[in-house]
Amino acid sequence: MSQDANTGHTGGTMAAEPRDWPLELHRILRAEDVRQMCFVPDAGHSRLIKLCQADPEMATHVLTTEEEGIAIAAGAWLGGQRSVVLMQSSGVGNCINMLSLPVIGRFPLLMMVTMRGEWAEFNPWQMPMGRATEATLNAIGVATVRAETADDLVEITASSAKMAYGADQQIAVIISQRLLGAKKW
Amino acid sequence: MVNLSFTLDRRDVVARLLRDRGEALVVTGLGSPSYDVNAAGDHKGNFYLWGAMGAAALVGMGLAKAQPERTVLAITGDGEALMGLGGLATIAVAKPANLVVIVLDNGHFGETGMQQSHTGFGLDLAAVGKAVGFAETGVVTDDAGVEALAAALHARATGPRLYVVRVRAENVARSLPPRDAVWGKNRLRAHLGFGVS
Repeated sequence: MSQDANTGHTGGTMAAEPRDWPLELHRILRAEDVRQMCFVPDAGHSRLIKLCQADPEMATHVLTTEEEGIAIAAGAWLGGQRSVVLMQSSGVGNCINMLSLPVIGRFPLLMMVTMRGEWAEFNPWQMPMGRATEATLNAIGVATVRAETADDLVEITASSAKMAYGADQQIAVIISQRLLGAKKW
Repeated sequence: MVNLSFTLDRRDVVARLLRDRGEALVVTGLGSPSYDVNAAGDHKGNFYLWGAMGAAALVGMGLAKAQPERTVLAITGDGEALMGLGGLATIAVAKPANLVVIVLDNGHFGETGMQQSHTGFGLDLAAVGKAVGFAETGVVTDDAGVEALAAALHARATGPRLYVVRVRAENVARSLPPRDAVWGKNRLRAHLGFGVS
């Protein structure tokens, strides 16, 4: 539904101002006292990565492969700090055995996963892992919550952070490719 | 097997490194390093990995960043360290100055039938550590080196350190630490003053 329809605006084709969800996600992470952020870059995460890197209260760690972030998150929790791991769906496949650690140790884990290989994907190589992302996470014991809109994403992130850090859960927030927009080639 | 000296006794090495551990926290890699650290005396500041191969140094990094006033030792084997090779680059970039990675290198995968590992074929993990940017690296091959390393563990460093200690390829009697990771997590957190959720 467009903002025009909501407001009865009749000024033609003016689009709704897109919600600045990366800013809101950063605000949520700060409010939850997240002190370490691990990432393998993804275009969909680029603004959130910049916001975290500019935050003096948050140590950011660039990884060579995504499973490193799962191990670092466990270590951070042992030391009394909350953390978050950002990755693209392809990186989920790299993480599976390492997820044994938070699952069997009931370490709080919040993963933010941007999807490829679903909505208007151009690169066929992204398809297999895109289809397998939620299934493999669920198989190893990580819950997934999928966001299709920016409004959903903000609410789901706030809820998932509470459950991860408060109830010792392992949760991946799945950010749909439709929300992010298909990669432009 | 290239001509390297793998002669130190792993249990003796770990006991000497932990003898004056003070406030240090210890994360162990799965297999023999977990047994070696347990054999040296269980401690509330220990967290033993029984899986998640490749995690030891990185768990140590997350812990070291969260507890910058304490020395954190990640004690692992050559096979476990090799599985987390990229993680050494990540640690070097994150620069936890209070993290010391100690690789008990016997040149073999001891837990699975003593197959020769990459270090047995000549790969030098200390050189890898230096190349990716560890602040200090070294190879320990004799008793004097072990004592020097034990004395240096609590020294202030400018960044993460990595030491390879060459030990004999042998399976010594297992000394099994508890396998319950929830218990181990809560015990270490309680040791640091954090409550159970």
